[in-house]
Amino acid sequence: MSITNEKLVPGALPASLQLTQDGQLKHFLDIEGLPKSLLTQILDRAEQFVTLPSNTQKKFPLLRGRTVMNLFFENSTRTRITFELAAQRLSADIVNLDIRNSSASKGESLLDTIRNLEAMNCDMFVVRHHHSSAPHFIARHCAPHISVLNAGDGYHAHPTQAMLDMLTIRQHKQSFEGLVVAINGDIRHSRVARSQIHALNTLGVKEVRVIAPGTLMPVGIEEMGVKVFTSMDEGLKDVDVVVMLRLQKERMRGAMLPSEKEYFSMYGLTEKRLKLAKPDAIVMHPGPVNRGVEIDSSVADGPQSVIMQQVTNGIAVRMAVMSMVMGTRAMEQQING
Amino acid sequence: MAKLLFKNARILDPANDVDQLGDLLVIDGKVASVSSGPSDIEDAQVVEASGKWLMPGIIDLGAYVRHQELKATVESESAAAANAGITHLCCMPEYAKPTDSTAEVNLIHDKASKSGKVRFAVIGAMTEGLKGEQLTNMGGLKKAGCIAVSQGHHKFISLDVMRKAMEYAKTCELRLFLHPLEYGLVGEGCVHEGAMATRLGLPGVPVTSETIALSNILLLAEQTHSNVHICRLSSAAGVDMIRKAKARGISVTADVAAHQLHLSELDIKDYNPLCYTLPPLRAMSDQAALRDGLKDGTIDAICSDHQPHHIDAKLAPFQEASPGISALETLLPLTLQLVEDGVVDLKAAITCLSATPAEIIDKEAGSLSVGNNADMLLYDPTLNWTLDASTIFSNGKNTPFVGREFIGKVIQTYVRGQRADTYS
Repeated sequence: MSITNEKLVPGALPASLQLTQDGQLKHFLDIEGLPKSLLTQILDRAEQFVTLPSNTQKKFPLLRGRTVMNLFFENSTRTRITFELAAQRLSADIVNLDIRNSSASKGESLLDTIRNLEAMNCDMFVVRHHHSSAPHFIARHCAPHISVLNAGDGYHAHPTQAMLDMLTIRQHKQSFEGLVVAINGDIRHSRVARSQIHALNTLGVKEVRVIAPGTLMPVGIEEMGVKVFTSMDEGLKDVDVVVMLRLQKERMRGAMLPSEKEYFSMYGLTEKRLKLAKPDAIVMHPGPVNRGVEIDSSVADGPQSVIMQQVTNGIAVRMAVMSMVMGTRAMEQQING
Repeated sequence: MAKLLFKNARILDPANDVDQLGDLLVIDGKVASVSSGPSDIEDAQVVEASGKWLMPGIIDLGAYVRHQELKATVESESAAAANAGITHLCCMPEYAKPTDSTAEVNLIHDKASKSGKVRFAVIGAMTEGLKGEQLTNMGGLKKAGCIAVSQGHHKFISLDVMRKAMEYAKTCELRLFLHPLEYGLVGEGCVHEGAMATRLGLPGVPVTSETIALSNILLLAEQTHSNVHICRLSSAAGVDMIRKAKARGISVTADVAAHQLHLSELDIKDYNPLCYTLPPLRAMSDQAALRDGLKDGTIDAICSDHQPHHIDAKLAPFQEASPGISALETLLPLTLQLVEDGVVDLKAAITCLSATPAEIIDKEAGSLSVGNNADMLLYDPTLNWTLDASTIFSNGKNTPFVGREFIGKVIQTYVRGQRADTYS
């Protein structure tokens, strides 16, 4: 007889992992594979959590008694803090683990790290990892009562970021239908771009464009349902939404780009370039912004910029997803009641 | 004189153009006669083989045994090979303890002969420590019994070193087993560069990493008149280059790993680390071209590219896993699956596991010719079985084929007329 512990057998990590048998969200790992109805449900739920900055923060008891662990194998401030605030506003206990400085650097395997943490009785892992599919791996191999939220894995996915972007778009453009969205920058290394592409296409926009120099454009991206542009002036023409991506400084090494100056001159978003888009186009950026590298300050702080709104929405979307993966009907009642 | 008589077998010996029902007699470990009629040999031990196929033992041109890394042992992999019908296992040089000296080669031969009957054909290191810099004592390696030399999965510090290693190997009458990989283009890559890699957010290995390396190897082989064997082709463009090189008269042979003929980048769509290989599983069009290359003889042999790992090495996110498949036990089943799939006929399938690899390693083997060592396997073509991780003989259980059903199985393996397998 074979002694097979299902958790210890390596194998495929399909996106279907994130849904329960009756189609509810169990983990939130990837936009790909989720139906439009579920994405809309996330947006609707998030809308209920959006608090105007002037109002006092409402706290919901939805996750009372639950423990959320932020497992960040990669540096992050903004994403980690918004997850933390989201958990607090849902009354959960939250623990931050900066894994980079602890076990992983001592040579502990990811599986052992997870084993140890789940022995501390937690309910949710929020995972950011420098390698694609690490959150899927954790979801497959961790205890069954734990939900895993992907806070960014390698170049693969950053689904909560994509959903907060969708919420921001929906708040400005009543419908996704008919929209033309241009994503501009380091597409090759961007998990944000990949998740946005899946979300936009699932929600039914008219066209998604990606704009980047050849070195930052991944092979075969058009098969994800995008139009490819290497010229920013052509790519921005008549778009409704301009998404700028952060350019990592390390891209100047490894022959990806010659210089920040040249990048800004060819791909930086200036007021002049923004005029190529529709007059009511909005400008988005996942942050942190590199002023003068991918975007001019006057645009980042200009009237068409919705960058700060994205940050606010980030908390609402993460509250929505956290409550959904822990979801019960009782929770619905709590929100509405 | 020890006599062994296989009765009423379907004897499949492509090298001698034999596919007939009949008896095969082994005397003192050598094939003594093959007859189509019934034969009665007194004092012979009889193996009743009606309904079974008797064919030459498999010569596996490429396995990483990993015994130096303690991932497996010569003993465990010898048993696994024997049970899979493999009678000659060619061991690639490995970084942990490269076969760059006669002592290392003798050690493997020693361990192999003590632990089992399968013959280990050692491929020596081309450079000291596989560092790609200093030539090994190839003359000594040849004397110690190395069948070829290779740089394994490691690069040369310059093309000049590769050229000189080729010239020196030629002097020592050693064939070169070379992986066509330009590491400068592999970088962090772990999957086939293309739409799938992009969707998964995994760094890609471009096809040019194979074709540029091939181009270097083929041009230098032509210049140095050395005998080159290309290990593990993966791409359509690579197959095409070999086809043209052969047409140009360059002395080159090539193999493909059995899994490359059955898997593709589609199998990594869910990040299955068991399908992480190097070279990577490529597009369906590449798989089709590899199959075509096999069909028209551009690709000479199918090998296992066996790479056993502890399961821990695969229990990690894709990029953190180690590449390679534990593949001894699927080599024959996957090759014969190609017959089912209509890619090659049975004769060609057996040939590329036996007669052709025998020529490549220059051994009097791979056939059931009278006078040859009785290295052969007995196969039951009707046996249904499912690959189960718990019954894999290799120490490496890392294969994506677990759960796959096969029809037909090796039931006995003989080396020099003696049972080598551990089946009862």
